[in-house]
Amino acid sequence: MEEFVENLKSRFAEGILLYQEREMPVFVVTKGCYPLLVKALLEEKSFQVLLDITAVDYLRWPEPQPQRFELVCHLFSLDYNKRVRIKVPLNQGEEAPSLTSLYGNASWLEREVYDMFGIPFHDHPDLRRILLYDEFQGHPLLKDYPWKREQPLYEEIKDDPNR
Amino acid sequence: MGVSSPFLTTKIDDLLGWARGYSLFVYPFVTACCGMEFIASACSHFDIDRFGVGLTRFSPRQSDLLMVVGTVSHKLAPVLKRVYLSMAEPKWVVAFGTCAVSGGIYHNYSSVQGIDHVIPVDVYIPGCPPRPETVLEGVMLLQKKIAQEPRDWRWKSSSRT
Repeated sequence: MEEFVENLKSRFAEGILLYQEREMPVFVVTKGCYPLLVKALLEEKSFQVLLDITAVDYLRWPEPQPQRFELVCHLFSLDYNKRVRIKVPLNQGEEAPSLTSLYGNASWLEREVYDMFGIPFHDHPDLRRILLYDEFQGHPLLKDYPWKREQPLYEEIKDDPNR
Repeated sequence: MGVSSPFLTTKIDDLLGWARGYSLFVYPFVTACCGMEFIASACSHFDIDRFGVGLTRFSPRQSDLLMVVGTVSHKLAPVLKRVYLSMAEPKWVVAFGTCAVSGGIYHNYSSVQGIDHVIPVDVYIPGCPPRPETVLEGVMLLQKKIAQEPRDWRWKSSSRT
């Protein structure tokens, strides 16, 4: 595994912004490098399981961050029993590459990220909200979403004369 | 006793109120953990059937008491509305538990802050979750309210237009 990480670091030298050895290897990569790195992990080291895709909003982070968002993706290799974390810093409104061509379950995970954070994925086949309803205004996991903001009720409820 | 005497009609009102109060068919709209307490109230230790509220129906068409037990999210609100509208009148609504009463601890993006934003409510039972004794108290309050209601229940919908 270690030599494979070294191999990846040399192959994607311009794409990997930072490499950390934590409880698992952590790659901080540019968004152009992200699908290529995942593809290499999948095809060469059998990281067949996409555990999760989520995001972090660094808006109120103690130290200001150059990019507001960070997409976080976890992969798991059944053959080697290894995990890998990949982070992609993103600006607000910036489109992220989709992993749907590599992993089937990426579709729903990316829809959740879109639903909660409003991060668009540019080659996603079906980018809709997944947990919330279409009329929902805003994205609730953003740090600037007011915690006690109340959503308006559905129009059909509000305009019902029997209420 | 002439036709103009109100004696007979008020007595019929009393009789109907009494009969309706003690033959409530419940539709349990159970969405969350309060459902456990609803089950506790319905089972033999507390036995809500002693008060005539024991017959649980799982179709809103056959029931006349809608018990909203648990948190109602914005996504679920139209469903609750539709269930309420499917019930035949006379019908009553009980908000069971703090979440149904006011949203409770779920003051967040997803929860309706009390089901009275969506449908009219007759009795509010607070508690997180309410003790079965509280539920029985609420049921008795509702029966008192039903007993006092005039026979013509149509004021319910007409007053809200």
